[in-house]
Amino acid sequence: MDLGNYASLAHFGPELVLGGGILLLVILDLLMADKRRLGDIALLIAVVALLLIAMEPVTPGAWLFHRMLVFDSFAIFFRALIALAAIVAIWMSIGSEEVLGCDQGEYYAILLASTFAMFLMAESANLLMAYLALEFVSLTSYILTGFLRHNRRSLEAALKYLIYGGVASGTMIYGMSWIFGITGSLDFTVINHALTTPGALPVLAVFISLVLILAGMGYKVASVPFHMWAPDVYQGAPIPITTFLAIGSKAAGFALLTRFFFPALSSLTAAGNWQALKGVDWPELLLFICMITMTLGNLAALQQSNMKRLLAYSSIAQAGYALMGFVVLSNDGIRAMLFYLFAYYVMDAGAFLVVMIVANSTGREDIDAYRGLAWRGGIVPAVALTIFLFSLTGIPLTIGFIGKFYLFAAVIRGRFYLLAIVGVLNSVVSLYYYMRPIKTMFLDTPNGDEGAVTVDFWNYGLMGVLACATIVLGLYWAPVLAFATRSMHFFTGPV
Amino acid sequence: MSHALTLITFIPVAAMVIILSLPPALKDGAKWISAVAAGLQLLIALWIFHHFDTTTTAAQFVDKFAWMPTYHISYFMGVDGISVSMVLLTALICFISVFASFGINRAEKAYYALLMMLDAGMMGVFVSLDFFLFYIFWEVMLLPMYFLIGVWGGPRREYAAIKFFLYTLLGSVLILLAMLGLYFYGAQNTFDMTVLAANASHYTIGFQRVVWIALFIGFAIKIPAFPFHTWLPDAHVEAPTAISVILAGVLLKMGTYGILRVNFAILPAATHELAWLFLGVIGTINIVYGAMCAMAQTDYKKLIAYSSISHMGYVMLGIASFTAAGIDGAVLQMFNHGTITAMLFILVGVIYDRAHHREIAGFGGLAQQMPIYAGMTGFAFFAGMGLPGLSAFISEVLVLIGAWQTYPLMTVFAAATAILTAGYLLWTYQRIYLGPFNEKYKGFADLSFREGFTLVPLAIIVLILGVYPHAILGLLDTSLAHLNQVVLSTPASAIALLH
Repeated sequence: MDLGNYASLAHFGPELVLGGGILLLVILDLLMADKRRLGDIALLIAVVALLLIAMEPVTPGAWLFHRMLVFDSFAIFFRALIALAAIVAIWMSIGSEEVLGCDQGEYYAILLASTFAMFLMAESANLLMAYLALEFVSLTSYILTGFLRHNRRSLEAALKYLIYGGVASGTMIYGMSWIFGITGSLDFTVINHALTTPGALPVLAVFISLVLILAGMGYKVASVPFHMWAPDVYQGAPIPITTFLAIGSKAAGFALLTRFFFPALSSLTAAGNWQALKGVDWPELLLFICMITMTLGNLAALQQSNMKRLLAYSSIAQAGYALMGFVVLSNDGIRAMLFYLFAYYVMDAGAFLVVMIVANSTGREDIDAYRGLAWRGGIVPAVALTIFLFSLTGIPLTIGFIGKFYLFAAVIRGRFYLLAIVGVLNSVVSLYYYMRPIKTMFLDTPNGDEGAVTVDFWNYGLMGVLACATIVLGLYWAPVLAFATRSMHFFTGPV
Repeated sequence: MSHALTLITFIPVAAMVIILSLPPALKDGAKWISAVAAGLQLLIALWIFHHFDTTTTAAQFVDKFAWMPTYHISYFMGVDGISVSMVLLTALICFISVFASFGINRAEKAYYALLMMLDAGMMGVFVSLDFFLFYIFWEVMLLPMYFLIGVWGGPRREYAAIKFFLYTLLGSVLILLAMLGLYFYGAQNTFDMTVLAANASHYTIGFQRVVWIALFIGFAIKIPAFPFHTWLPDAHVEAPTAISVILAGVLLKMGTYGILRVNFAILPAATHELAWLFLGVIGTINIVYGAMCAMAQTDYKKLIAYSSISHMGYVMLGIASFTAAGIDGAVLQMFNHGTITAMLFILVGVIYDRAHHREIAGFGGLAQQMPIYAGMTGFAFFAGMGLPGLSAFISEVLVLIGAWQTYPLMTVFAAATAILTAGYLLWTYQRIYLGPFNEKYKGFADLSFREGFTLVPLAIIVLILGVYPHAILGLLDTSLAHLNQVVLSTPASAIALLH
């Protein structure tokens, strides 16, 4: 189905709510005396958007706005994930000491705008749209990263992010122009048709253009070698924004990456495997990138003493794990990747939330601030952080284990033995640094100068929900698996 | 009593929940709740022992329902002869170790809650017949162990705890990969170990070799087999007494149990081919090297840790022999090692609680001051040496008889090590308990009632199994004979014939 502008609006509800919400926030910012209420309104808007997404029917799919966007179950999955990320980020912002000092109206309006842009990224069916959405996400992210105007680290992070982002998106659009030159179109379905039609395929040119495009998408998911911005940005940005970038922005990146490399560049065989273009060895390249990403992320994390930075490198490694599902070129792998991204959302959001709780009370983000946390009144956040970190490591009884289980299952089934070995060795290496905060919280005795840790009711609530989800979904994960299975459907339509 | 196995596994979990929800004023209740839970567990284990049918190889007391049907994962529990002996051992050792923990006086609630979680994990490993479930329990054990060593341990506890965790996680991820391989490349996609074993001939020999070695490394780290043993002395030295008891008494058995349950049953052809090298030769190295290391130790607990490594070697050698005597003796040795080493670690704990050090050279003449303690230690040492009339004699002799038929040369080394074992144990006894009395230790009380209560039941079992080993061997015979038959009926390949 190719829907026109007006008919498309029926499938555009969540985006419309967000768009209206942004305007509403800007106006209310001028009218309201108590600016703190703006956060609550933003939260409400995000929740409404999520509900609308949840109510969307699972149809075979359709093109929206004259083949600019696509509406299918894959898009529903990622928009739901991004909306959830936005809800967590807004919830955290309301309880964050850092954010309270900022201009509330602008902050929440831009956060919602960023969510809006990520939705578009997950739905793009056209390279031009993909580029615009990605730039939109980047621009809002730069502002959010630098929102602590009086903090040098925050500003530095924003500048670094901007420079890296500029280079990456410039490279990407150059690659896109090659694709346009080769196929004569920016439309994913037309590109697929042009490249898979028997005939002389300019293999080298296609390969080069894919590498160039990968720069932009790899930058969004923070895979090596486009990861350098992540540690500085994650460390400098306000913690709720770090969380939002780590889970939301990464998810949007994965959505675009998958949609471009699978339905646009590969063809699905009857057995549920994807066939890459003949002669264009991007799976090999991504396999390499995947292994390097997890290894480098984990090795670099070993040395970190700042929790945000540690989690930044950890999230690079986690992107590497999720890529394992990507490079095996099968529906099993895509499902495992979707499952893992959901698991990653739950556990990483939880870990950052605890970091924020400790930073709220003590003003510190270094690991030493956690010394003896369990024995100085912070037993609940300590146990919660332990659950999240175990889940990130992939220890059973957590959703992280189930996620890794499916990833490795897909890898073994696809006979990528080297990848499997590299993957499990990385899990072992990662245990060492995930255990460091746990060790500090439980095994070390407090010095007495760390300060008390208090948790307010709302942060407690969110932490409880995320921790319970990590464990409950680790024991009974059928709903998540069903959701991921349902979401593997791409709408490609006729040419 | 249906669901006996579910009950025996999850009683400690219930106890853990109750302990965690105790108000701070009642924190002394934690130890008693643990004791009651462990006691119930022991009663159920005895009930299972009593009602176990020794004439069949089929899984008994089965509890089964689908857990994740889309991936053929089921909640499947059942026991055969091999596992029922281990269930008994686990229940016994956990019961003892709760009482051995009564000296813990820091964060008791957390301690006992973790102890109960560890208990549930260990029990779960021995009763699971679904590989996925087995793996979950296998890994879940690591968490409480890390904290029990790391929080309540000795001076270098952090190092020991993370070393233990890293080593064992490395092992378990290899098991995970092997498990997935077995799942996808078998006759049908399943984690059901009984089905996997029934379809064992489906796997090609090349595949079997790779998976076998991955599984072996995973299990060998737990045994611990040379050269993966280095975490054990550190973990033992730093762990509190009760945790050492569990570590030596039960945890190490999981390695050899896993080899029997997975490597032998599911990959018989590779087992037939590779056992002589990986189990026979490495087992012999364990025996000899462990004993030599034990001889060189100056720390009492480390000495016992190396002696434990040495004695686990007999288990490996025995199961590699593929003779009825060898393999029966090996599993009996697993049980006996559990009881004897548990005694030894409790005895080390007794003197450490009083002297706050474990330097062998710092003691002397303790028999004068603590005659009952010295007597009990003598008994345990004799049991460790394998003196006739005590349980280890039967199992070690069976292992040697069995191994002699298959690997004469290795058996010579293994048997000769008995002299080394006697040497280091007697020498240690002499340095600590005999000779001139060190006046520093005047005023040390002899064994307390609680300490006696943890040691005497074990001593009685050692004695009973020394004269009536059939109590355990009777359980094992049918299952092990069947398992041995499965392996031997696969064609012996060229490598195996080298021997």
